[in-house]
Amino acid sequence: MSRDIHIVQLYPRDMNIYGDWGNVLVLKQRLKWQGYNPVVTEYNPGDGFPSDADLIVGGGGQDSGQVVIQQDLQALAPSLRAMADDGLPMLVICGLYQLFGRFFKTHDGVLIPGIGVLDIETHGGPERLIGNVLSVSEEFGEIHGYENHSGQTFLGPDANPLARVRKGEGNNSKDDTEGARYKNVVASYLHGSLLPKNPAIADFLIEQAVTRRYGSYEPVPVADADLAELARLSELARSHAANRPR
Amino acid sequence: MSSFSILVGKLVRGASRLRGGGSALPGLVVEKIDPDFIRRTLSTLPLGVAVVSGTNGKTTTTKMVVELLEGQGLKVFTNRTGSNFTRGVAAALLGEVNLRGRLDADIAVLELDEAHAVHFVKLIRPRYALLLNVLRDQLDRFGEIDKTTRLLEQIAQATTDTVVLNREDPRVASIADSLSSQKVTYFGLDASLRSTFPNDDEMRGSRSEAIAAAQPADVVLTRVAETEADFLVDGSPTTTGLKLRGVYNVFNAAAALTFARQILGTRADRTKLFESLANVEPAFGRGESLTVNGAPLELVLVKNPSGFRLGLKSFAAHGYATMIAINDNYADGRDMSWLWDVDFETLSGGVDMVTGVRAYDMALRLRYDDVPVREVVPDIPDALAKFISGAGTQPMRIFCTYTAMLAVRRELSKITKVEVVS
Repeated sequence: MSRDIHIVQLYPRDMNIYGDWGNVLVLKQRLKWQGYNPVVTEYNPGDGFPSDADLIVGGGGQDSGQVVIQQDLQALAPSLRAMADDGLPMLVICGLYQLFGRFFKTHDGVLIPGIGVLDIETHGGPERLIGNVLSVSEEFGEIHGYENHSGQTFLGPDANPLARVRKGEGNNSKDDTEGARYKNVVASYLHGSLLPKNPAIADFLIEQAVTRRYGSYEPVPVADADLAELARLSELARSHAANRPR
Repeated sequence: MSSFSILVGKLVRGASRLRGGGSALPGLVVEKIDPDFIRRTLSTLPLGVAVVSGTNGKTTTTKMVVELLEGQGLKVFTNRTGSNFTRGVAAALLGEVNLRGRLDADIAVLELDEAHAVHFVKLIRPRYALLLNVLRDQLDRFGEIDKTTRLLEQIAQATTDTVVLNREDPRVASIADSLSSQKVTYFGLDASLRSTFPNDDEMRGSRSEAIAAAQPADVVLTRVAETEADFLVDGSPTTTGLKLRGVYNVFNAAAALTFARQILGTRADRTKLFESLANVEPAFGRGESLTVNGAPLELVLVKNPSGFRLGLKSFAAHGYATMIAINDNYADGRDMSWLWDVDFETLSGGVDMVTGVRAYDMALRLRYDDVPVREVVPDIPDALAKFISGAGTQPMRIFCTYTAMLAVRRELSKITKVEVVS
């Protein structure tokens, strides 16, 4: 019996940069290798939003992309908030991480409202924070990635950081937080793509999605998956990344 | 004063060549002691300065433009060493001027890095500009693609006569809106070829509606085959043989033809233009073919997702031994996320060797596309030796990032004839 898991990719046309597609690919392949049947829907402005989403993934984008999706995202806001409150797993990176917060105030002082899934606010800064990042999370261990953003994000009392930065800047150049967590929402500035080198986060999202849908998480690795070799490659990619300059 | 600075520059140039050093140092010296040197020298050229910029394919396209113009009898000065900064131009000039500062040329055709071109055009306004594309490339250096478009726009605005634009790249085509006094001409693709050239807005089949196909183009590429291509020049068709490989190089031939036609005007001899084009050899690392132990070896430089995608589409994998070499040094771009914007399904038959500083990032990427990888050896010299001996008599192809290509060439130069670029 096929065990479908429905992944919805938010705004791939306008908010998909620096390999954000890799996150969807990793979820899709790992689901497949664990014996589930991933179904991916690309959601773009104006489309009907699927009613049976199990996992939502969103990426970063150019400033122009953020303008294009703004109206559609606001219309979607109440249902996205309800889904997040209900424990639906979501991964949002960079641009959509910012818009999942309360607001983004640009460097010129323009206020772009967010959708308030996360208790965070972002202020456009004069400089871009660019380079390799190594952060550490209690839940997921070391997180490896690459940041490229000018927004400075600050966490409110209802948001927890995803991780603490060891190398790089993270949310802002003031504190050592990186990303945010709320229920099963994982938010981060890290591209890389994030999930290939951080499979613990991928498997957390998968476990939450599967448990919500089927009541329990029982991966049945397919015959040719060779998950041990995959784990070995991921670990080598992580350790090499850890030694690269900022 | 000026002859003195030229003499000093030439001496530094000679000394740094002996040392085997970089091409920009003598230019730096002249820049310091005689900052007006470039402007003064280039302003004497009868046909002025023609600039080629964009994120991809500048080196090959500049080479084509130079050879097209030389084929029409023009004397052309160019920055052949690939040192496409102001300093590199100064260094190249030093090699060509006499001690009185005279440059014996009709026109300068210069490849300029988009960020540095902005400074260059403030110094000397080009008469002609060719703007190729804005693909996702080294974004960690410039921040955003839209910002790169603004840089190219500034080059176009500083141009005094004609700007040639890529009709198929929505960002480049939009630059026309910001121009008023310049003549604007386009090069383009036939509708049947558009799907072969995805731009960054329409990856993954989400096609952007922004394709500006309405504009007429001076030269349109209508068909690409293994060793020939069809072009529509000012409405009339021509088939030509080509030594260039790779569909993106052939598309840039349309750019070079359009640019040369604008520069030459009514003097252009069309038959000779195509004769010259047919003889253009690829620039180093742009699909050039070497021979190692009697077997052919091709080097394909990959710098960004679009270039990598086009490279994979251009060169059939079947029958080839394949190696991929990925570094993340400054010149390559530190951000590895671009590998996730490339489909590797055409390599489903397997990759024989993966190497470079980020070999394991690459191997992981291939794993998620179900591409078998036979071996991962991060050290490039070791990997290359194993790859060549493993390939036997099979033809070989190596996809490599910029600094990985330099390392591969250094190793190859020990066993075959190859130009080593430092």
